[in-house]
Amino acid sequence: MGQCPVNIKEYMHEYLDGEISPEHKQILQDHLAICSDCQKHLHELEKTTALVQSMSHIKAPDDFTLKVIEKLPKEKKKVGIKRWFSHHPFLTAAAVFVILMSGSLFSTWGDSNQFSVTKDPNIIIENNTAVVPEGETIKGDIVVRNGDIRIEGTVEGNVTVVNGDKYLASAGEVTGEIEEINEIFSWLWYQIKNGFNSIMNLLAGL
Amino acid sequence: MEEFVKSRINEVRKGDHNAFGEIVEIYKDRIYQLCYRMLGNAHEAEDIAQEAFIRAYVNIERYNINRKFSTWLYRIATNLCIDRIRKKKPDYFLDAEVAGTDGLNLYSQVKSKEMSPDEKVAKMELQEIIQMEILKLPEKYRSVILLKYIEELSLKEISEVLDLPIGTVKTRIHRGREALRKQLRNI
Ligand SMILES: [Zn+2]
Repeated sequence: MGQCPVNIKEYMHEYLDGEISPEHKQILQDHLAICSDCQKHLHELEKTTALVQSMSHIKAPDDFTLKVIEKLPKEKKKVGIKRWFSHHPFLTAAAVFVILMSGSLFSTWGDSNQFSVTKDPNIIIENNTAVVPEGETIKGDIVVRNGDIRIEGTVEGNVTVVNGDKYLASAGEVTGEIEEINEIFSWLWYQIKNGFNSIMNLLAGL
Repeated sequence: MEEFVKSRINEVRKGDHNAFGEIVEIYKDRIYQLCYRMLGNAHEAEDIAQEAFIRAYVNIERYNINRKFSTWLYRIATNLCIDRIRKKKPDYFLDAEVAGTDGLNLYSQVKSKEMSPDEKVAKMELQEIIQMEILKLPEKYRSVILLKYIEELSLKEISEVLDLPIGTVKTRIHRGREALRKQLRNI
């Protein structure tokens, strides 16, 4: 082994990576022809990679996709509302009527559309998401409005999400209750009912 | 394939669970396999692979649509696996050498408690031996070896998954191969 070129092992790896230069390849070939130790070394490396590659392919369990979907935060409001409208065409028409009549649906809604979260130095804000970082413990209740919460650490208290999604990481923990309120639906319903009343009043007045 | 995935991602960004389900179907085996080989345990592999997809869904806005989706997904999964491995270590000290056992670590001791080494080798499938030896690699070598030889990613893709220069990836593959050679040469 004393006669082996300094970088001969490196050349072996370059060769195994399929990235050896012609000069290095020549040096490697010439040396392998006279050195059984290096021959053995390269052979063992090749055998190693062949063994690793021989491992059979593993498939995910059959219900894998289903389980992932079940754990996703619930579908976003927009999709939910779209679906709700398409399932309730009459009410949709009524809602459109109300919007046309009042012209104020979204402007009024917009007033209370600000993202807000209970103040705590350990809560991080990312865009419209409140994050309880891994390893942190929040003592007390958290209320998030018009945004999402991602819990990777621990919350010793209740978590309420108004108009947002909650996502609980596998390491995350909430000792109290978790509640999600989708305000827009109750609010919309309220507006539609009001709309009917005003239509009725309007008709009665004719 | 990438084009189809990207069209589904636009739906996922609108919050469509079914579109995300189609993406999970495409990548679930690859991601699960990586986690299984990284962690050596079906239960943990399922847990971490699911977590990887859920994180991808939650953070889908951060995915750069001009890059390969699989690379981004591998990156999330690899990071989660490495986190899990690091968290496990202090509890078990699997890599700690025990005085007087001549290189045997706790891991092999735990594994071989009931059987002599000969019986163990005879009984264990070749596949299990290889898996066990891979688990003995430090995670920085384990991840590159698996991404290259099990997932068959190019060096460039591996460097993107791990956010490392290609030169570093090569060095780790070389060292990983050398370490495995010592462990597997007598098989
Ligand atoms: Zn030599």
